[in-house]
Amino acid sequence: MPSVIRIAQVCGECVACGSCVKVCPFKAITIYKGLWAEVSKSGCRGCGKCVRECPAGVIRLLEVKAL
Amino acid sequence: MKKPWYDYMWVFLLIYLTLGLFNILFAWLGILCFITPLLIAMLGGDKAYCNKYCGRGQLLRLLGGRLKLSRNKTPPRFLRARWFRYSFLAFFMAMFLLMIYITYLVFAGAGLKQLVTLLWIFKLPWHWANPWPASPWVAQFAFGLYSVMLTSTVLGLATMLAFKPRSWCVYCPMGTMTQGICQLKHGKDAANERKSQADCRTAEGVGKREPTDDILRIDG
Repeated sequence: MPSVIRIAQVCGECVACGSCVKVCPFKAITIYKGLWAEVSKSGCRGCGKCVRECPAGVIRLLEVKAL
Repeated sequence: MKKPWYDYMWVFLLIYLTLGLFNILFAWLGILCFITPLLIAMLGGDKAYCNKYCGRGQLLRLLGGRLKLSRNKTPPRFLRARWFRYSFLAFFMAMFLLMIYITYLVFAGAGLKQLVTLLWIFKLPWHWANPWPASPWVAQFAFGLYSVMLTSTVLGLATMLAFKPRSWCVYCPMGTMTQGICQLKHGKDAANERKSQADCRTAEGVGKREPTDDILRIDG
């Protein structure tokens, strides 16, 4: 049975404030050229801290089936 | 782990607001909070000021997060909408230009208005002792700048209490401007990358929204 993993996803209305970068314990988020936050799929552990911290509410946790 | 020096910029914000109480001329230091983010965006092409150096953001996170004053509720969607952010920026700039105009009028001979305007509406009387000989227009500009800094701090505190700690950052005019500068600077680069960004209004690919609203399940 395939396992399910959670990965944070930032959607298009990100304001690039950097709050998520600050709070991520795995340093999996960076701000791309001052435009939006980018989550590293290999670094993200799906802890959800960025989801709670994001002041714009634009981060979601995706549940994806891992092979 | 030792914190970097720029994690303490919130102390400078408190010092700035306090110094302004004793002598309004200190308000001129607020110019740094306007110029620095713009320079970083124009020269560095990023929002390093917002991400690392902004004292207001740090103070709001401290009060709302560590001291748990914030309700931690997601703000309404319109706050992050482009139309609202740019409208608020336009409004802020209009008020700023009005402040410059009033400074010019004082420079041209009009009387100095010794008051700090909070939230663009409430006029707080202020008596400035003028311990150093300064031209009236210098003081007038200081009053205006202090008003702007105090107003944005109050708005930040209000949205920190009502929503999330750094909710102000969502609609902060400096944030909107610097992000706009980055968009202009990175042009096509940004547009192509943007296509791969998920739309906030729909699930990516085929999926259903979970009742919690924070988790999207993607099938396949």
